[in-house]
Amino acid sequence: MADVALLTTSDGRPLAQALVQAQARARRRAFFLVLPLLLFVIFSFILPIGQMLHRSVYNDGFSASAPELGAWFAQNPASTPPDEAAFAALAADLANMQANRLAGEAGTRINYVIPETRSLFTRTARDAKNLTPPYQAALLAVDPKWGDPALWQAMRAASSAYTLDFYLVSADFQRTADGSIERVDENRQIYIALFVKTFILSAIITVLCLLIAFPVAHLLATLPMAKANLLMILVLLPFWTSLLVRTTSWMALLQGEGVINDLLVWIGAIAEDGRLRMINNQTGTIIVMTHILLPFMILPLYSVMKVIPPSYARAARSLGATSWTTFRRIYLPQTLPGVAAGSLLVFILAVGYYITPALVGGADGQLISNLIDFHMDRSNWSMAAALSAMLLVGVLILYWLYDRLVGIDRLKLG
Amino acid sequence: MKKTLILSTALAGFAVAAQADVTVMSWGGAYGAAQTEGHLKPFTAASGIATVMVDSDNPATPIKAMVEANNVTIDVASLEYADAIRLCDEGVLEVIDPAVLPAGADGTPAMDDFLPGAVTECGVSTDIWATIYAYDTTKFTGEAPTTAADFFDTTKFPGKRGVRKGAKAVLEFALMADGVPAAEVYATLSTPEGVDRAFAKLDTIKGDIVWWEAGAQPPQLLADGEVVMSTAYNGRVFNAAVAEGKPFQIVWDGQIYENEMYAIPKGAPNKDAALEFIAYATSTEGLRQQAQWISYGPARKSSLLEPLIFNDGKTEMSPHLPTNPANLTNALESGSEFWVDRDAELNERFNAWLAAG
Repeated sequence: MADVALLTTSDGRPLAQALVQAQARARRRAFFLVLPLLLFVIFSFILPIGQMLHRSVYNDGFSASAPELGAWFAQNPASTPPDEAAFAALAADLANMQANRLAGEAGTRINYVIPETRSLFTRTARDAKNLTPPYQAALLAVDPKWGDPALWQAMRAASSAYTLDFYLVSADFQRTADGSIERVDENRQIYIALFVKTFILSAIITVLCLLIAFPVAHLLATLPMAKANLLMILVLLPFWTSLLVRTTSWMALLQGEGVINDLLVWIGAIAEDGRLRMINNQTGTIIVMTHILLPFMILPLYSVMKVIPPSYARAARSLGATSWTTFRRIYLPQTLPGVAAGSLLVFILAVGYYITPALVGGADGQLISNLIDFHMDRSNWSMAAALSAMLLVGVLILYWLYDRLVGIDRLKLG
Repeated sequence: MKKTLILSTALAGFAVAAQADVTVMSWGGAYGAAQTEGHLKPFTAASGIATVMVDSDNPATPIKAMVEANNVTIDVASLEYADAIRLCDEGVLEVIDPAVLPAGADGTPAMDDFLPGAVTECGVSTDIWATIYAYDTTKFTGEAPTTAADFFDTTKFPGKRGVRKGAKAVLEFALMADGVPAAEVYATLSTPEGVDRAFAKLDTIKGDIVWWEAGAQPPQLLADGEVVMSTAYNGRVFNAAVAEGKPFQIVWDGQIYENEMYAIPKGAPNKDAALEFIAYATSTEGLRQQAQWISYGPARKSSLLEPLIFNDGKTEMSPHLPTNPANLTNALESGSEFWVDRDAELNERFNAWLAAG
């Protein structure tokens, strides 16, 4: 075996080695080709989402501005009641907060857990440099709330920048004074119910889109070219129109004194005082979002239906199948990849929709994204991030279920 | 061709950014227009410093993000009083030295001329505005609503109500309508029973409420006939009624007023020019000029020494200002410290209440 000559290239290198080198070169070239896209995805997608997820468990509003207190908490176990050293650390931190304008930030972080503590921090910090030992008595004289065990528990929890508190709140739970976890009062529970509502409304919108889009897409796919093109333009025209314009036109159509109600009153279908409430509620959200998301259902369906050979259906009919059987057993199964793609697209878009429910949703047509926006507005980014992360997880779970039930390789987007 | 277009657009963008020495961010609509006409244009004419107005639903929101990202693009922001205090505490705003504020036109030193509370560490008041409610006079031919309680009386005054979506000013209004005297509103709202009471009052009309978010919406809702009465910012209703001749009537009973503040975000690109702008805009004359465009009251005593006339040349402003004694019989000054502390908690409850259907 040993004397079998190695296969070499014309310049004398072993062939296997040359082949490996050539392949490595090709791989490098391929890598450089996708590099711009890779960088783009990293900077515009992976990094921001990673940052968002990080924010949902990280808030240094308090820990960064209270280093002395953080040190005291680190030295003393959770059950230690605050002693003079603890109050001295607190006084030093408050004076430092005032000097660097951090009291608002620190107070805000504690205020998420215990209401009315924000002003306690800002107020006390304002005069912190005039505090004299013994600090315990001095601080309690400023406000007896400084002795509250719940406040100390909250400060201890916040002295670490990493926390799961925002996820607790996102699931309608809260921490009690002794550190255990309980559900919030019934009149403050909102997030879980709203997540459920968001998914239910999105499902309703997806089903409505499918029911409306299926016949339209079929018509598009079977009409002669000239007519199909015209119809296609009618489908695409609203798609090209600004989202806000479409939403406001729906407001003009649907409102109490709007076109549809006026028409119904005029033909006598409803009484003047029985005008339908079709906007500023859940109905409004469903109607308008169904319309806005419709093209996302029609287009994938159309692209799939277009390539289904009509001869299959004709063959079924010639073999004696009724038109319903032909549809159910021959046509419908072939459209499934389009149905799956359209439904997934519409559902995922609907789950994250925000402008339309904000404009036409009134009180009960709001989705979880509107509350994420609310927390962004209040600069409570950790809370917004935690809610977004939960939404992301919800969508990923559904995506996984979808993959198990339908198979992601059956997806056909066009 | 396309490249040239992109390049020239980018250059034009740079040119605008370089020329604009003071960028002001405000609330848009009739209010933004009043500031543009009353502050920005005269300031540019007087000082030669160019100004640009940018709109926002609430300027307090983007500022925090800008400062944190170290990318501040505006120089002056128009903020609600509680936000000006909150952001100042968080170190997001520049501290303004009251020494830069000019004395009143009558020679009164600035700090005596301004109404109490109108100058804070980081902000200077541009006007005093109020949340009131207004109704469409054509909808009530017989008896017309006159009190805060009437807003909640749907048997006497049937029809939909517009209310701002948020806890602030809504809970106070509900309590005042329920008979709580203005002086006790915040004490009541500090107790769990008081909060329950406010929500119970709101429950009585919950099914009839159309919620609004932007200040320009209430006049629109009234004009569309979508609601028969709505809470609103008084200046927006005034402009719709006086400038556009809409049949809207303001009810001052139960009004909630507060100062609007100009402030400078930390790291503003043109801080010195911004300071100059604020000193000019909040001078006796600057406050008067804005008040000629919208019915928000100036916060300097010297601005009211001579009668204020609307820009139509005939409408006397003083009966339309929140600070007019006749409008203050049952009025509440918005509690800034209360909202700085309670905003998160009460809005959480409010959102839950809203979503509960």
